[in-house]
Amino acid sequence: MLWETFKLALQAILRNPMRSFLTVLGVVIGVAAVIAMVTIGKGSTAQVTADVQKMGANLMILSPGQMRFGPGNSGGSERAFALSDVDRIIDQIGSVETAAPSRTSSLVAVFGNTNYQTRVAGTDSRYLTASDWAVAEGRSFTTAEESAGKNVCILGETVRQELFGRADPVGERMRLGAMSCQIVGVLAAKGASSFGTDQDDVVLIPFKFFGRRVAGNMDVPTIYISVRDGFSIERATNDITALMREVRRIGPGEEDDFSLRDMEQVASMLNSVNRVLTGLLSAVAAVSLLVGGIGIMNIMLVSVTERTREIGIRMAVGAQAGQVLLQFLVEAIVLSALGGMLGVALGLALAALGAQLLNVPFTPDAGTIGLAFAFSALVGVVFGYFPARRAARLDPIEALRH
Amino acid sequence: MAAPNPPVIEFCDIARVYGTGAAEVRALDGISLKVEKGEFVAVMGPSGSGKSTAMNIMGCLDRPTAGRYLFNGIEVGTLTRDQRALLRRHYLGFIFQGYNLLARTTALQNVELPLIYKGLGRAEREAAALAALDKVGLADRAHHDPSELSGGQQQRVAIARALATGPHVVLADEPTGNLDTKRSVEIMELLQALNREDGLTIVMVTHEEDMADYARRLIWMVDGKVQSDRRTKGDA
Ligand SMILES: Nc1ncnc2c1ncn2[C@@H]1O[C@H](COP(=O)(O)OP(=O)(O)OP(=O)(O)O)[C@@H](O)[C@H]1O
Ligand SMILES: [Mg+2]
Repeated sequence: MLWETFKLALQAILRNPMRSFLTVLGVVIGVAAVIAMVTIGKGSTAQVTADVQKMGANLMILSPGQMRFGPGNSGGSERAFALSDVDRIIDQIGSVETAAPSRTSSLVAVFGNTNYQTRVAGTDSRYLTASDWAVAEGRSFTTAEESAGKNVCILGETVRQELFGRADPVGERMRLGAMSCQIVGVLAAKGASSFGTDQDDVVLIPFKFFGRRVAGNMDVPTIYISVRDGFSIERATNDITALMREVRRIGPGEEDDFSLRDMEQVASMLNSVNRVLTGLLSAVAAVSLLVGGIGIMNIMLVSVTERTREIGIRMAVGAQAGQVLLQFLVEAIVLSALGGMLGVALGLALAALGAQLLNVPFTPDAGTIGLAFAFSALVGVVFGYFPARRAARLDPIEALRH
Repeated sequence: MAAPNPPVIEFCDIARVYGTGAAEVRALDGISLKVEKGEFVAVMGPSGSGKSTAMNIMGCLDRPTAGRYLFNGIEVGTLTRDQRALLRRHYLGFIFQGYNLLARTTALQNVELPLIYKGLGRAEREAAALAALDKVGLADRAHHDPSELSGGQQQRVAIARALATGPHVVLADEPTGNLDTKRSVEIMELLQALNREDGLTIVMVTHEEDMADYARRLIWMVDGKVQSDRRTKGDA
């Protein structure tokens, strides 16, 4: 009998293809939206994780002041670090592989008659070790250049292309703001970060050169630290925090006046932003799925009204209320399952397209697909049941009078 | 206990009232009648006298406001909705004044409809439906939709649908109302043959004296009451 009912339902669906199509449309759009959103969201989360891995999972960033979100972040009043702090961290903490100071400013780089505004970072060769960054051409800074603060520089790939095109810049002299410096190397290309910034748009100069000629003092606003392989980030965090509290003479019970973030935190921060966005978009998509469901209910109601006569005829020839109910129920389930399948296909296609456009991996997720599909079937059952029950409660002669 | 051979249809003081208060209409006003197995009864009377109302109650499509209805000795008033559906499915064939065929559904599928609910398999169903269509002379139109059939042809599809399940009783509400004389005579001869040869019990509403003569008994209704109940000329 169930098979018969299934065939009856299919017949009824095919008897009015336009009505069936409109019924299904809402579910198709809803399911497609949910799947596209969630799939793209998961893809970009995977992208962030991969990016962070690329930046070096062992990397930590020490900066003055407590990192706070929102207003109340008092800028400027924070105590910077000193160069000696960098050495202390390297010397006194066993789990630290290396550490490097960093201070940046935006300057115009000039070669010949080409100008290019870029980010100039005062640091040293240990920074390249810490962030796992290689020199592609030429060499890194020598210890002598670093301790003397010599006017040498290493170009990021983007800056090289802007100023030199395909030519080899190593050995050339160029200007950075008012300073002249000699190019000793070019960094390997790294690409865009998860933040969307171009990491290759940079010129590295020795920290002491930066301090003397750009900043005017030797304050260190940022220290990059890399933890040795096999040592726990948590352990290193505790040790560094203890050391810095001692160096900066922070009494017990007082709050840290610096903050130490590891890449995992950065990743989770980025991912939480990502999650909020994905959640928001998914909520919108879920609403559209709900609206699609209400659409089904509405059309089922209309179709019951339209088909009341048909229901009367069926009952007059001996159909029981339960059979009529079952027929409408099956009809709704078949319709919404059909819509669900179309929606899954459309959603995956959209997600694949979106992943390509946004340059994130396309990661279809069976759980999401199953959930969206199950939800659309549920929508069919719930919204198909109530109008069907109304239909099945009619008296045959009542139904026939319509 | 019911009598050994109860009447197929027995109305005991049946009333059917539509609406309430000032709008109240007493469509049936205390009708008592019996139809025995194998009878062919014609029901006549002026428009609005309650003929269709009585037929609907006999067909278990409607319930009386008061009185008892016994079908084959079974008190219909005590049955559930589903049990009444089973009565319609297995014992009753109803022919409506306005055909009541499913639109966008072929003649064959329309005739098959009651057989689906009777639980017949596909092949069996199709054979029975085709045989019924053949009986009403429409075998060659089996795959046409109602919209492609004339009024008379549609009515014959409806008759085929009523006959297909092999019911004990056929209730026909003006089955020839939309047919020309030639077609009407054919339908009447068909019903008469079914009554005489297969012992089918038939109750039929008609406005035409000529058609009533095919029946054996004539019930005349006025204002929701039975005014006369007699043998017809056709009762041999
Ligand atoms: N659903 C209804 N609601 C209210 N009144 C109704 C309804 N159905 C029938 N009636 C009334 O009941 C009375 C009997 O109607 P019924 O249809 O039984 O008459 P009939 O004898 O079949 O007439 P006809 O020969 O025109 O078919 C009429 O007065 C009609 O107006
Ligand atoms: Mg009538």
